[in-house]
Amino acid sequence: MLRKLVLIFVSLWFCSLAVASPVDTYVFEDEVTKVRFQALTKELRCPKCQNQNLADSNSPIAADLRREVYNLLDEGKTDTEIVDFMVNRYGEFVLYRPKVNSLTYVLWFGPAVLILIGVLVVVFILRRKPQVKESQALSSEQKSQLNDILKDK
Amino acid sequence: MNKLIRFIPLILFIALGVVLYRGLSLNPQALPSALIGKKMPEYQLTQLKDESRVLTPADLKGKIVLINVWATWCPTCKYEHPYLLDVAKDPRVVLYGLNYKDERAAALEWLTHYKDPYVYSIFDEAGTLGLDLGVYGAPETFVLDHHGVIRKRFAGAIDTRVWQREFLPLITELEAERAKGI
Repeated sequence: MLRKLVLIFVSLWFCSLAVASPVDTYVFEDEVTKVRFQALTKELRCPKCQNQNLADSNSPIAADLRREVYNLLDEGKTDTEIVDFMVNRYGEFVLYRPKVNSLTYVLWFGPAVLILIGVLVVVFILRRKPQVKESQALSSEQKSQLNDILKDK
Repeated sequence: MNKLIRFIPLILFIALGVVLYRGLSLNPQALPSALIGKKMPEYQLTQLKDESRVLTPADLKGKIVLINVWATWCPTCKYEHPYLLDVAKDPRVVLYGLNYKDERAAALEWLTHYKDPYVYSIFDEAGTLGLDLGVYGAPETFVLDHHGVIRKRFAGAIDTRVWQREFLPLITELEAERAKGI
């Protein structure tokens, strides 16, 4: 019973996946090209609907660009050539993984630098902790006072 | 020194506030064109009104050339159209159209009905030139200088305000450049 239920839920989930993305009927020569197409359309961003990749977007421009990716793959272009083709027309913006250059250093290394600063601040604070005073020996006067107090008990 | 350190969080907070406040007034939809500073891409497309006439970039004549990407399926183009008729009267610029992913008959009817502000329109049915220009919607307007180099791409409708804010300063700048012989 439980197994059936799980099966139904899993199949329902797959249904929703199928509906969520636009359906293109591209026929690929081989499995490798298909995988490359899927990877490229996931990596490239739709210029119109800015928080979606080409694979996800239903907008006409995304459909055009998917077709263009398909055609370029068909022409035997390499992945880098296809990415450059898009960047030359739509700018670095279309890359979900921007190239590392002087414009994107902050983007790539900013988080690491912030963590480093955090670690340094923590180290700095821990080191600055007031030193524990060494226990000092009691003077003879204090000793006799202490003895007096203890005797009372 | 210790007192100064106490103010660091406040300073960081103010700096973050400034950055985020600036972000409020930025338009994330405005994309810089990848073609700024480049020549017009090559193309061989027919003229909208004359199927037998094949156009190339050499047919874009003018000291300052405007290329307006339009289509009959684009509502914003309809809004923009009256202003384009005004722009066409400006003697400093020459206005061309790029009819983008449209049908010839519908486009011709549009021009008859709303008047034709363009010297001519390039008929880009498949959107190939649009793709090479990095067009991602319509309307878009490109500005070319007297060397045929793309200097600006404006995405969205042109109206009086946009024309004054986005285009007039550039036109003045381009005229000054030409006068200096740059």
